[in-house]
Amino acid sequence: MAKEKKEKVVENMETEVVAEDTRKVVLMQGNEAVARGALAAGLDFYAGYPITPSTEIAEILSEELPKKGGKFIQMEDEIASICAIIGASLAGAKAMTATSGPGFSLMQEGIGFAKATETPCVVVDVQRGGVSTGLPTKPSQGDIMQSKWGSHGDNPAIVLYPHTVKECYELAIRAINLSEKYRTCVTLLLDEVLGHMREAVKLPDISNVRIVNRLRPTVPPEWYKHYDENQKYISPVASYGEGYRFHVTGLAHDALGFPTNKASEVAAQMKRLKRKITHNIRDLVQIESYMMEDATVAIFAVGICARSAKAAIKAAREYGIKVGLLRPITIWPFPDDAVKKMLRDVDTIIVPELNEGQLINELHRLTKDKADGKIIPIQRSDGEMITPTHIFRVIKEAH
Amino acid sequence: MSQVFRKEVRFSGSGGQGLILDGIVLARAGVLDNYKVTQTQSYGPESRGGSSRADTIISDGDIYYPEAQNIDILVALTQVACDKFIFEMKEDGILIVDNNLVKNISVSIGKIYEEPFTEITLEKLGTELPMNIVTLAFMVKITKIVSEKSLEQAIRDSVKPMHIELNIKAMNLGFDLAKKYL
Amino acid sequence: MANIPQKVVHKYLRHNKKFPHVWCPGCSNGTTLGSIIRAIAELNYDRDGITMVSGIGCSSRMPVYVDFNTLHTLHGRALPFATGIKMQKPEQKVIVITGDGDATAIGGNHFIHACRRNIDITTIVLNNNIYGMTGGQYSPTTPTGDRATTSPYGNIDPVFDICELAMAAGATFVARTTAFHALETQDIIKKALEHKGFSVVEVVSACPVIYGRLNKKGGGPEMMMHMRDNSVPLKATEKMTPEQLEGKIVRGIFKQVNKLEYCDAYANLMSQFNVKEEAKK
Ligand SMILES: Cc1ncc(C[n+]2csc(CCOP(=O)(O)OP(=O)(O)O)c2C)c(N)n1
Ligand code: SF4
Ligand SMILES: [Mg+2]
Repeated sequence: MAKEKKEKVVENMETEVVAEDTRKVVLMQGNEAVARGALAAGLDFYAGYPITPSTEIAEILSEELPKKGGKFIQMEDEIASICAIIGASLAGAKAMTATSGPGFSLMQEGIGFAKATETPCVVVDVQRGGVSTGLPTKPSQGDIMQSKWGSHGDNPAIVLYPHTVKECYELAIRAINLSEKYRTCVTLLLDEVLGHMREAVKLPDISNVRIVNRLRPTVPPEWYKHYDENQKYISPVASYGEGYRFHVTGLAHDALGFPTNKASEVAAQMKRLKRKITHNIRDLVQIESYMMEDATVAIFAVGICARSAKAAIKAAREYGIKVGLLRPITIWPFPDDAVKKMLRDVDTIIVPELNEGQLINELHRLTKDKADGKIIPIQRSDGEMITPTHIFRVIKEAH
Repeated sequence: MSQVFRKEVRFSGSGGQGLILDGIVLARAGVLDNYKVTQTQSYGPESRGGSSRADTIISDGDIYYPEAQNIDILVALTQVACDKFIFEMKEDGILIVDNNLVKNISVSIGKIYEEPFTEITLEKLGTELPMNIVTLAFMVKITKIVSEKSLEQAIRDSVKPMHIELNIKAMNLGFDLAKKYL
Repeated sequence: MANIPQKVVHKYLRHNKKFPHVWCPGCSNGTTLGSIIRAIAELNYDRDGITMVSGIGCSSRMPVYVDFNTLHTLHGRALPFATGIKMQKPEQKVIVITGDGDATAIGGNHFIHACRRNIDITTIVLNNNIYGMTGGQYSPTTPTGDRATTSPYGNIDPVFDICELAMAAGATFVARTTAFHALETQDIIKKALEHKGFSVVEVVSACPVIYGRLNKKGGGPEMMMHMRDNSVPLKATEKMTPEQLEGKIVRGIFKQVNKLEYCDAYANLMSQFNVKEEAKK
């Protein structure tokens, strides 16, 4: 066991949970952990529309938010939900919504609005199987690309992907923290299995949770710029009703927030949206390398597939096969550097994913070796999981 | 690496038999005994059809894949569920069935326990509702997968206050039923 | 006729920012903006306490010009954004500016649900019977038979009556006026702002450049005259026959009732937990 611990390296694990309270071990569902994590991060406002397999998040928050003076509202659809949380955020709230594929599709216009207007908020997408209504109660990882490119236009994406119930809790906190810090809409992607499964988790005392609040303006209202170009990509943000009387629009806007067609001003906005991600890759990217030190075979997987991979790795290691796992915890921005290193260091990379090939394209983007069979896909989109046995077989064949 | 303790349990039957609660109570008891646990279940249309399932894995090592694949203990409360999941059992696994509901056991398995759980529950407690807890307690007594103390606490933590008394009675009934095998 | 104090309007505009405005010459949107501002000025509201939210459309461009907290959202979605703001900061006066398409087509579902909740938001629908911003396609309020760029043979769609819709859906203050009746608009908006609950004010508006041209209604002034000559106050309708009412725009407050407001209902719900609203920050 001790050996295993050492083999597990998480890059940039500036975790949101500073210390766990070992007395508080509880059995918890992934969806519940998301709700509890969000509350720990200071969630003030939730708006949502019920959809399997995400509904438990709304149910728990409808019970908990009023107790702490927070707001819960069930809106008439997912479009209304994303819009309501953006409104609440502009009024100063830490705000979140949760949904699944069909609702995530409906929310895309609003998500783009939050990103363009640099309004902090969090969208949780508990992915379900299939296209369209698909398989409401089955797992898939089909929204990986949608979470990056779902809204029209070039928009920045920060997307986190947990693989344990404990991580659901931690990444819900981190999602809210990052949304506040970077003034953007952050997405938390869950697999259906994870949303619904129960696992023992150690909950921290709230005082041990690292909380980030958006920067607030210190200048008098006359000097306030909602998007201050003098600040490095992220400027302080005022709330409605505090004397700043700023304007917010989804139209291309200048530093004050007023609509503009001027190329130089539009370019400044686009640059800021892009740079706040690209200049902070180190802070944003989190990645776990598991038994990668001596690995000649690597598995590249997220969420539930990473769990199958770990079980397969344990079995394969008993056969003396040097295999490890690289698991992005932040999937967007994509961890290009870590993946390039993996592509250099190992002979074979196996990419199990519950879709028809989304993550794998990112590896192809980063290498010219795609033709020589170095990257092996395992893809499944029929609602069933990729089992450890399946991955183990592929590891043995590849070895 | 030393051999780790790891048990995969599946409760199976049809919706409404309280199997999910069994899975959750067992998982809670596992947590109280300081094990690592995962608990998953079938959802939606699947759980309304012939074969609903709830899996609990209890181990002292990390549990990666959360669904039972090599079942150590199968509780089957319908014929359909038994026929379907018996093939996912380990050869030396333990099968527990309600013999009024499961008449045929198609393959030989390590150990088989057959009791008319539903009937006895109705007879002794005046309602068949807590049959799930009777069965769970029976299984725990036989397999010792978790401590009886933790099981009791887990039941208390999992059911509504007004139902605790009945369910503790059901637990004791399950323990009693198991005694003749010990 | 009363003197229209222009200076008041100027006090509330963001002059140095985004003028000249986008509206066409003869468009009635500016007149209505004047009525809204004067209503607010009369009520002596603090500008920091007002949030004006709009969707997308010519009418929805309004917030950018006024010196309040302002939010120009997505087509049809102003009400859910406004609902989020109001829930979070119930002490804000939230005003939604929307068009006929914005409110009753793409945003129709949000509109009826905001009415149903009776959340304290004043929604001003500038109904010009057309999609102005996109160049003149028919909207749910384009009269049957009229021309639009997407109804070159005459519109076959039946129309929505915005006030009937709002009343049926549960709005607790519902009124109609026209852009021509600027002082009446001012007065009705004032009452709507003072009303606690969801208030809807339909302002029949003139889009001379597109709707007027396509349907040979004349220019801005002619369309304003039409509003003057073809509208009747609600009171007067009592003595009118259905034939006399045919084709007339009825003006007035159709509904004004007191009902539990949504944020109050939420506060009641919270009160059992003994938390202070906005205790933190
Ligand atoms: C999702 C979406 N669909 C379509 C449009 C294009 N669009 C912009 S304004 C508008 C119609 C506006 O009509 P109305 O609400 O009546 O406002 P008006 O311009 O007449 O004041 C349309 C269809 C859009 N901006 N967004
Ligand atoms: S198109 Fe019509 S509604 Fe739009 S600004 Fe011009 S006149 Fe006004
Ligand atoms: Mg219009």
